[in-house]
Order: sequence, then C-alpha cells, then structure tokens
Amino acid sequence: MISSGIFCILLIGASALFYINIKKVRRNILLGKDVEVKGDLKTMLRVAFGQSKMATRPIPFILHLFVYVGFVLINIEVLEMFVDGVFQTHRAFSFLGGFYNFLIGFFEVLAFLVTFGCAVFLIRRNIVHVKRLVMKELNGWAKTDANIILCSEIIMMSALFLMNAADQTLQVRGNEHYTTAGSFPVSQFIAPFLTNMNDGTLIFMERFCWWLHIVGIFGFLNYLPISKHLHILLAFPNTYYSNLKPKGEFSTLASVTDVVAPNFDPAYQPQTDPNNPQRFGVKDVQDLTWKNLLDAYSCTECGRCTSSCPQNITGKKLSPRKIIMDTRDRLEEVGKNIDKNKGVFVDDGKALLGDYVTHEEIWACNTCNACVQECPVNINPLEIILEMRRYLVMEESNSPAELNGMFSNVENNGAPWQFSPSDRANWINEQ
Amino acid sequence: MSTIQVKTMAEFTASGEQPDILFWVGCSGSFDDRAKKITRAIVRILNHVNIKFAILGAEESCTGDPAKRAGNEFLFQMQAMTNITTLNNYNIKKIVTGCPHCFNTLKNEYPALGGNYEVIHHTQLVQQLINEGKLKVEGGEFKGKKIVFHDPCYLGRANDVYEAPREVIQNLDADLAEMKRSRAKGLCCGAGGAQMFKEAEKGSREVNIERAEEALAENPDVIAVACPFCNTMMTDGVKHFNKETQTKVLDVAELVAGANNL
Ligand code: SF4
Ligand code: SF4
Repeated sequence: MISSGIFCILLIGASALFYINIKKVRRNILLGKDVEVKGDLKTMLRVAFGQSKMATRPIPFILHLFVYVGFVLINIEVLEMFVDGVFQTHRAFSFLGGFYNFLIGFFEVLAFLVTFGCAVFLIRRNIVHVKRLVMKELNGWAKTDANIILCSEIIMMSALFLMNAADQTLQVRGNEHYTTAGSFPVSQFIAPFLTNMNDGTLIFMERFCWWLHIVGIFGFLNYLPISKHLHILLAFPNTYYSNLKPKGEFSTLASVTDVVAPNFDPAYQPQTDPNNPQRFGVKDVQDLTWKNLLDAYSCTECGRCTSSCPQNITGKKLSPRKIIMDTRDRLEEVGKNIDKNKGVFVDDGKALLGDYVTHEEIWACNTCNACVQECPVNINPLEIILEMRRYLVMEESNSPAELNGMFSNVENNGAPWQFSPSDRANWINEQ
Repeated sequence: MSTIQVKTMAEFTASGEQPDILFWVGCSGSFDDRAKKITRAIVRILNHVNIKFAILGAEESCTGDPAKRAGNEFLFQMQAMTNITTLNNYNIKKIVTGCPHCFNTLKNEYPALGGNYEVIHHTQLVQQLINEGKLKVEGGEFKGKKIVFHDPCYLGRANDVYEAPREVIQNLDADLAEMKRSRAKGLCCGAGGAQMFKEAEKGSREVNIERAEEALAENPDVIAVACPFCNTMMTDGVKHFNKETQTKVLDVAELVAGANNL
C-alpha cells in the first residue's frame, strides 16, 4: 500500500516535472522566427526511426542500434513495472505464459547488448579517444553529459540483471510472491552467486533494483531537457520537418526582394510588412527560425558534421557541431533570462554572434554541405552560418576586405574579378 | 583543332532565330585563362554534335553565387534580377552551364525571383548526348588511364548529381578510381563559399592541399574535375606536391574533347 503510494507520487511528480521542462524547451524553440516547413513522415521514418544516415559508419551504427532498439523495446518491460508499481502485483504480464517468458528473455538479451554498446562507447570516448569525441568544444559539460548518460544506462541495465537474478533464485526456492515466470538467458549467470543469501536479502535486493530501475527512468526523463540525450525524442520531429529541397538552394530573403524588386518591376507588391522591419540575417538566437532552434535541441553532439568539415579537418576554428552547441547554449541562456524576468527577455548585452560564435568561424565556411549531409538527424549548421554572414554583411558591412573587393567587382564588372564586362566573350578568339 | 563556332543571343535574335539551348559560360569560364580552355572544350563538343546553342556574351553577368554564399543577399538579388530580365527577354527555356555554382544558382535560386529554366550541368549534357548516341566517345589518349573524379560540392551534395560525370569517364575506357571520400562524402576543394576570393583562416593546412593529397594517393594519371574552381584548387594542390608532370587536372569536358580529338 505504502510503496504503491510512493510509486504513484513519483510517477506523477516525474511526469509533471517533465511536462514543465518540455514546455520550456518548446517555448524556447518558438522564440525563433516563423518559417514554413512541410512535414514529411517518410523522411522521419527513414532517418529517425530507420536510422538510415547512421549506416555510413558501421561500427557506431551497430552499437547505436543495440542501444536504440534496446531502449525502445525494454520500455515494454517498463510498462509492466508501472503496472506492478501501481497495483503492487508481481510480473503482472506473466499470464501471457510462454510468450511472456520469451519476451523477458529477449529483453535480457537486449539489455546485454545495450550494456555492451554503452561500454564500448565509454571506451571510445575515454580510452581510445576517437577524435570527433574528444574535440575541445566537448570539454566541460558536454563530456560529463555523455559519460553520465552512458554510465546511467549501464547502471540501469545492471539493476535489471540483478533484479532478475534475485527473482529467479526466489522463484526456485518457491517463495509464494515470486511466481514462476520469465526466462533469464543473461542473469542466470549471476544467480549462482546469490545462492548463499537468505530470502530477506534477496527480496531486498530484488526490490532495491526494481526501485533503482524505476527511479532511474524517472530521473532520466527529467535529465533529457538539460542533456544532449534529448535527441531520443526530438530526432523525430526534427527529421519530420526536414528540408527536402536541394541542399544547394539557400533561402531567398523576402525582405531583400522587397527592396530590390521595385527597381525591376514598378508594379511589384512587397511581401513583408514595412511597418515591422526585420533584421537582415542573424545576430542572436531570436533571429533564427524555430527550425534552427529545434535543430539545436536535437543535436546529439556526435561530431559527424565536424569530422567531415573541410575547414575543421584542416585545423581551422570552424566546427559545425560547435555552431549548433553554441546555439543551444545561448538559447538556454535566453530562456533562463526570460524565466527570471517574468516572461520577458531583458537585454543582457550578449548575442550568439560575437559572444559564442566568432567571426573567424563564420568566414571560414566553404558552404560545402558536408555537415548537412552527415548529420544523422538532419540538422543544418550551414544555414545558421550563412545567416550570420548575412547579418555581418548587410547590417554591419563587416566582411573581410577581400570579400568587399569581390562584392564591388561583381557590382561594377559583373564578375568577381576586375575584368571589363565587354571582354566576356574574348575566349572565343583566343584559341 | 578546329575553330569554334559561337553565336550570341543577340546575333540569333537579329537573324530571327532561337537556339535550342543557352550555354551559360560563367565568370571563371569567361575570364580565367585555365577555365577558358574548358569553355572552348565544351563548345567543341557542342559544335561537334551540331547543337544550336547561343551564349549571352557581354550580356551575361555573374549569377551572384559568390555574393550569396558570402552573405550579400542584396547583391545576389540585384545580379539575379538583372540576369533574369535578360534571360526572360530572350525567352530562354533551357540552359547548360560550365560551372556547378552557376548551375545550382540558376536552377535552384532563380525560380523564387521569377527565373524558371531547365538547367543542366555540362557533364549531364555530355552524358545525355552519349546516351542518345549523338556523341561517340572512345578512349583515345585516355584509354586505360587511371582517372580519379573529384565531386564538386555544388554538383554532388548540393544537387545529387554523382553519376553523370562518372558515366562519361567510364565511356573513355579509363580506369575510374574513387578517393576515400567521394560522392556524398566528397571533400570540398576549398574554393566554395566565397573562399576562392579570400585568404583562408588560420589552420594547419589549406583545404586544397588536403584534397589534392587524397587524390594523388590514388596515383592517377588524371584528376578529373567538373568545376573551374575545383580545377584551380586541384591544379595548385598538385603543383604543391610537384606532381604536375605525372598527374594532370582536367575537366570532364576536356577529357571528352581530347579523346575525340576535337
Ligand atoms: S558547410 Fe561549412 S561548416 Fe559545413 S562542413 Fe562545409 S565548410 Fe564545414
Ligand atoms: S549537428 Fe548532427 S552531426 Fe553534428 S554533432 Fe549534432 S547531431 Fe551530430
């Protein structure tokens, strides 16, 4: 009775807290400018559900698949734990008989694969030092975050094994509460170590691990909003709202068209509201679109983008992952500012461009789309970079001198170099 | 080598004719000495198959691509609308470009500003001509040579055109090799995003050196490219490694024209 009460309080508390946290994430994302994106279910199923873009790197793909499939399916067992928690039953679904035994065994195998995957991931990060997993933008919280996630998963899976080992020992002993159910392909190897324990210790151990797993799940749920692990949820909406246009097509700024077009067509009707002029490009997170901000929250900091970035590979400061992480960090800062100031943002004299992202990073980009291509959850770091360039050029006239030279050549000569337009067809006679 | 035959749109219009396709030469193809050779190779192919094509000549102006990638949307739209006015006045329907950047911009970014054309890249045109049997390509001097193809970002990733240039190269009976990073994983040559026009930021090496090294690791006779900017970058990269006598950097159009002694 008491433990049922505690369980219900925890369940309600954890759900309420999660709801509040996620609402904040949603509010932060909606600080971005509106943009029309047509959702595409097929892309979501293929890229997020089907993990299609992971496959290009086979080792992490397989390991991640273990963790992903394990995580999703083991939640079916968690459902049973919820029922047991509320109604104080034990293995409530065991009436399924043989199928139940199969499921429990299957989950154990999955849990083993999850543990294995997480262990290898820890080794890759902390011992082998895979380059993209130890770059300097990960120093501090990002690194801790990754290790917390991996260790918690291992702890939760271990709790599951220990719980099952104690359970089966009690089942064999004929303890009346522990009805015979389940199959234990993994934990059967732990059970022999428990034979010397008395029933009381075993029951305590079984209960302790049960609670550890449950509390772990509630904890994890509320850890998501402050962690890169949020990608397990946001990968789905983020890929649903994928950009399906050719990657080379960069957005057309309607506010610019409104200024330029009347020179060519006197009858042109403006598309934007002249009474509400918008900043050209992006200086701070509020200038980005909600999709850019959803991108930022969906990033799993895997560094596939950065490890394929030509500028990063050749030692430049630019790292598309850092651009995305900076965007999220700044957005979180803006969100906290809003919370502190009763729902309105009070200027803190800071901005994404300048305080987080430097001009040096922005100007190094090749606009090559390698980062966009690589991202397993269809994040677009390039769009953010381009928008910041737009801000620097069109709002601050602050671009590298050589680019200013190129601009004036294009403007005056119709080519990025200083050639006379009338010489354009000279090549014909230069055989 | 035969002399090339080129008519401008103005000349076509004056004689009351309309070409089948407009050849968009691009700034590099018009002014850069190395790229002009590629332009002439494309024209030789067009002449060889008797396609009725025109150029804009002095009426062509930068598509605005470098301005757009550098963040100057004003300048881009000025350029785009100027060009669209010209193209629409001439009632242009179909365009072939000598440069993936022009290709991408005309194809993807002009429609929003009122310029709707069927745009193809020259490697796509050559592939079509081969497939239709209008152009016969035999190996010639490239038969059995090892050729590695470098994907231009704005043809490959930006527009998912990976096969056309490769199919053309395969028609040369050449040994087509792939770099470790190719197709969707291809590494940029370092020119895109207006980097062509500025010094690189501080780092450990230049992007074109990284890419040229990767291409040279295949010991190719030819590094095939399909973009005048990639051509510049890869040529410089090959020179950096003093490999210019062993390895030539050639555009796919030059391979085809060369193999056919055009
Ligand atoms: S688009 Fe820019 S940031 Fe992305 S990989 Fe290419 S150079 Fe790096
Ligand atoms: S943007 Fe995508 S590829 Fe880059 S770190 Fe984030 S999830 Fe990974």
